[in-house]
Amino acid sequence: MAETPALEVELAQEGPIPLAAAFTCRRGELLALVGPSGSGKTTILRAVAGLYRPRRAEVRCEGETWTDSERGVHLPPQRRRAGLVFQDYALFPHLSAQANVEAALGHLPRTRRPDRARELLREVHLEGLETRRPHALSGGQKQRVALARALAREPRVLLLDEPFSAVDQVTRRRLQRQLVLLRQRLPVPTILVTHDLEEAARLADRICVLHRGRTLQIGPPAEILNRPASALVARLVDLGNVFAGEVVGHDRAGGHTLLRWHGHLLEARLREEVPPGTRLDWVIPPGFVVMHRRERPSRGERENPVGGRVEELAIFGETTDVTMRVEATPGLSLHFTVSTHAARRNRLAPGAEVRVSLLAEGIHLMP
Amino acid sequence: MDWEALRLSLELALWTCALLLPLGTLLARAMRSLRPGPRRLIGALVALPLVLPPTVLGYYLLVVMGRASPFGELYARLTGGSLVFSFEGLVVASLVFNLPFAVQPLERAFAAIPRNLGEAAAVSGLSPLATFLRIELPLAWPGVLSAFALVFAHTLGEFGVVLMVGGAIPGETRTVAIAIYDRVQALDEASAGIMSASLLAISFLTIVLVYLFEPGRRRDG
Repeated sequence: MAETPALEVELAQEGPIPLAAAFTCRRGELLALVGPSGSGKTTILRAVAGLYRPRRAEVRCEGETWTDSERGVHLPPQRRRAGLVFQDYALFPHLSAQANVEAALGHLPRTRRPDRARELLREVHLEGLETRRPHALSGGQKQRVALARALAREPRVLLLDEPFSAVDQVTRRRLQRQLVLLRQRLPVPTILVTHDLEEAARLADRICVLHRGRTLQIGPPAEILNRPASALVARLVDLGNVFAGEVVGHDRAGGHTLLRWHGHLLEARLREEVPPGTRLDWVIPPGFVVMHRRERPSRGERENPVGGRVEELAIFGETTDVTMRVEATPGLSLHFTVSTHAARRNRLAPGAEVRVSLLAEGIHLMP
Repeated sequence: MDWEALRLSLELALWTCALLLPLGTLLARAMRSLRPGPRRLIGALVALPLVLPPTVLGYYLLVVMGRASPFGELYARLTGGSLVFSFEGLVVASLVFNLPFAVQPLERAFAAIPRNLGEAAAVSGLSPLATFLRIELPLAWPGVLSAFALVFAHTLGEFGVVLMVGGAIPGETRTVAIAIYDRVQALDEASAGIMSASLLAISFLTIVLVYLFEPGRRRDG
């Protein structure tokens, strides 16, 4: 049963801010727009809210046309029922938390607004702070007032512009938890703009990777992180092991596509549609690079073994990032992660010899 | 002490504030939405009374308000009276020479309001008018107070333009500032001294009131 998406967005223009973005978002779904600064994330959010008008645009929400540049439709923000949490929250500084929320309750009769505003503030756990002005609230509290104000209009779509970027780590975790809980009872499409990939992977149902206003790939976090559509996506989502290679043939019986990579012949997940002779980029996420232990052989050791020497060790508490210089191929490095105690037990140190296997199922070809 | 002149000065100052503050607020708000080019041009025009000699400004006001001009003629036809050498004429002149004192602080106040507050208001469903009344105007309030104080005090003190446009008709156009001049000319130093002191006290009080109100509001944000 294919549910029609609650929100459909298509934006295009050459300048001044280049845009070529198209995505949908279902009811109750959280779609994260991810990309470096200047990739147009905030502009897209503003276009959905009606604050920005790209040259060519189509925005539909719950069957309503909000923007249709071809027919000259552009509803003002007041008529869109989009709840937007601004990056710096944009609270009205002269109004109390309560009055900030009441300001967005114009659709209710005047007498019912105070009670509803108190209720919304209670929902974001701000009871007792109703009379505080924004300058007397902490960053996390301000964000929650902004969220309550965005929810006040009973929005058809919730838009969050880097809502966790201006708070400390502890507060961020708490606010993220609150968002996850909120989504369980708020069946609206939610668009989260973030430059933090980890945050996107933790919170989103799907990630939309943007670069210079262009949608490069949309998919569940695991798909984006394991099967990026191109070398550019792989780089944008911080996958280190992106290489060039050439398909030399397919081993249908073994379920492998054979890939030449400098001096190595690698087995990759079968991709029959790619003809032999194709030169392409390929990627292997760090989780599929398995280090061989010194004393005992481990799983998959015969799979695509590659040797080399440790170039760099970066210890991050329990895990250690290893950069390995591949033997006999100058300038070629592989990145993988091991637990810090495994690194110690295997006496990893700069210059030490190390062998790894590139698991075939993790090798993703990007023709 | 010329009480009539003092009453006249206060009346002129209040009328000027009552008319110019709303007009100046609308102009300053409109300037915020303009592109930088037109905004600077209008800003320069508004600032002109600051640098023009009062005689020049007064001269042109006389020309514009005189019965020979379309504006003067229209006024005469509507009211049967003349703007020149009348209290009404003084009010018109006062509106013009006070323009920068009203618009400049208001413009600064509106410019200081973060733009995304207007966007947040729109997304919250507030109409442009509601946004102006409930968000922008309260935030620009210190600017309104400054404008009030400057216009009020400056109107009490204006001499050259008032003399050019109004003459010195007792009870009609002779303000305190002009009465002081008259007294000095008549070598009545005692009266001039008393009136000068009252003017000083009133102006000082106005400014002090505004400064008392301002700092508390500045912190919100």
